[in-house]
Amino acid sequence: MNELFADLTPERLRDLLHQMLLIRAFEESAEQLYLQGLIHGTMHLSIGQEGSAVGACAALRPTDYILSTHRGHGHCIAKGARADQMMAEFFGKESGYCRGRGGSMHMADVDTGNLGANGIVAGGVPMAAGVGLSIQMQRQDRVVLVFFGDGASNEGAFHESLNLAAIWNLPVIYFCENNQYAMSMSIARASKVDRISDRAAGYGMAGVTVDGNDLVAVYRETHAAAQRARGGGGPTLIEARTYRWKGHSKSDKQRYRTKEEVKEWQDRDPIARLVRHLIEAGLLSEAGLGDMQARVDAEMAAAIEFAKNSVEPDPATILEGVYA
Amino acid sequence: MSRELTYAEAIREAIDLAMARDERVFLFGEDVGVYGGAFGVTEGLYQKYGPERVRDTPISEAVIAGVATGAALTGMRPIAEIQFMDFITLSMEQLVLQAAKLRFMLGGKVTVPFVLRTPAGAGTGAAAQHSESLENWFVHVPGLKVVMPSTPADAKGLLLGAIEDPNPVIFVEHKLLYRVKGEVPEGYYTLPLSRSQVKRSGRDVTIVATSLMVSRALEAAAQLAAEGIEVEVVDPCTLKPLDSDPIVRSVVKTGRVLIVHEACKTGGFGGELAAVIAESEAFDFLDAPIRRLAGLDIPVPYNRELERRMVPQVDDIATAARRLVREAH
Ligand SMILES: Cc1ncc(C[n+]2csc(CCOP(=O)(O)OP(=O)(O)O)c2C)c(N)n1
Ligand SMILES: [Mg+2]
Repeated sequence: MNELFADLTPERLRDLLHQMLLIRAFEESAEQLYLQGLIHGTMHLSIGQEGSAVGACAALRPTDYILSTHRGHGHCIAKGARADQMMAEFFGKESGYCRGRGGSMHMADVDTGNLGANGIVAGGVPMAAGVGLSIQMQRQDRVVLVFFGDGASNEGAFHESLNLAAIWNLPVIYFCENNQYAMSMSIARASKVDRISDRAAGYGMAGVTVDGNDLVAVYRETHAAAQRARGGGGPTLIEARTYRWKGHSKSDKQRYRTKEEVKEWQDRDPIARLVRHLIEAGLLSEAGLGDMQARVDAEMAAAIEFAKNSVEPDPATILEGVYA
Repeated sequence: MSRELTYAEAIREAIDLAMARDERVFLFGEDVGVYGGAFGVTEGLYQKYGPERVRDTPISEAVIAGVATGAALTGMRPIAEIQFMDFITLSMEQLVLQAAKLRFMLGGKVTVPFVLRTPAGAGTGAAAQHSESLENWFVHVPGLKVVMPSTPADAKGLLLGAIEDPNPVIFVEHKLLYRVKGEVPEGYYTLPLSRSQVKRSGRDVTIVATSLMVSRALEAAAQLAAEGIEVEVVDPCTLKPLDSDPIVRSVVKTGRVLIVHEACKTGGFGGELAAVIAESEAFDFLDAPIRRLAGLDIPVPYNRELERRMVPQVDDIATAARRLVREAH
């Protein structure tokens, strides 16, 4: 196994880079469209965090489940969703993943195992125990990975879920994207514990902290956790340290951090890092990168066209879908 | 003396006045400090009062309600903020099973004087988990008071009244009202809790509306006035305990009543209001059935047009009131 790239083949690595580029392009487009007034509501961008989303999902199988967060576009794409149906959801169109009913904060693609983003901080964390139990009781060869933020680790439900998953030995990967802030609240102010992964010890499960901007490192740790879960070894808490480059949402004046701090983390761009490693290893050329970016741009342009040309939900259907 | 303030500014002024006047008053919640609150309501208070009295909490709604309860129980006057009313679902145990009942369970030996402020309502494109109007859940719980101001001046006076009140008060603000301006008296004043207000007088039909729906009802009333229909608009302001007299008196006068709220119709406050009216002497004066216009019984949709249709709009209110006036018994 190559130290630098774990067991990832060159082709797979290029595919993962493509995913990261697509996530970034998707979010940059979404932000533009929002500024143009073409999409409404709010959105939470994960720009700068692509390494953790893609690295984590790369270690999962298509049949594995994820539960995502309000900052979930990256998770959704990394688990295999299509940019066009995601964009249509953003536009509130019938062809969107949630028929225009959910929007950014509820993006889900059940067919690729994504059980949904979440508007509630730590909303997916208790459910993960239920999904894990369901997998266990049905004797399935699956795992569930639940994404959540540093801020979510201070909700009571987080602690209840970890404890239960530990005592029942459930195949759950608790994947904390520690991007240093919960809105304006830094993790340093919100917790006395340096490493969120240390909390695993309190529940008798494995815990590890990893550089979330190092896609391969994230992949490696998540892969190990998935193997443990599949082998009956129970849950793992992974803390991926990363950073959100943009404001929390569309209404954030960012008075709680400095420009220097943001710049420092931008210099640790997970995309630039993988590009550099691939080029140095001779697995990618500048021209190859250019082609890849061009494909991403074309995919985004097509996604936006698809979204714009899709129809609005029929108002006559407004009462549909509440009950099965 | 008064001047124009927004609803958000009026609330901020009330908090500021209460904190300046009473050392026991402090403010806490998620991002209420440097960030100034998710909707900017608490802007500047951290700079003025410092980290001891304006506290950011971790994302922990259960303990926010717990801290409010425990601190109120032992001599403080907390003002807690729950960032969106949706998240109050995570505070329920401390609010419903502790704060509300402590005084009664302990034989009247304690008081729990806190205010929990929270923004409710749809209309921002924030979808199903950031748009709830859950006020009626709390109306159902003895021991809690529920206040829902509809104007900047009411917001200020009622908030100061709530802070002085010796009981736990759920203070429900509306996101779409935050930027709405109105005349607000200067200085410290309180409005009594449990006082319904007649916001417009009229003889043909009564509209009882809450929160954002009050201004929509007033707009509808202005439209209908042009058609010769005189609408009386009553705003309960405090849902619990309810001051029912002005509502009953109005219905006795008009003989017709339309109840309007944003929350889902089934199990909403409108049902309670309808029952109060039906049980009162106003029953004999009704010339038409009591009508309710409320949010559809669905989660709030993201799509802009579906979201708009889910909640009563001015035209919907005008149409419903017009129909009611033409309806004979
Ligand atoms: C229960 C709950 N409380 C508060 C919020 C408002 N809110 C949305 S995201 C957020 C910060 C979350 O921080 P973190 O978990 O670190 O995730 P990040 O936004 O950094 O990705 C807050 C306070 C919410 N959506 N749900
Ligand atoms: Mg965070």
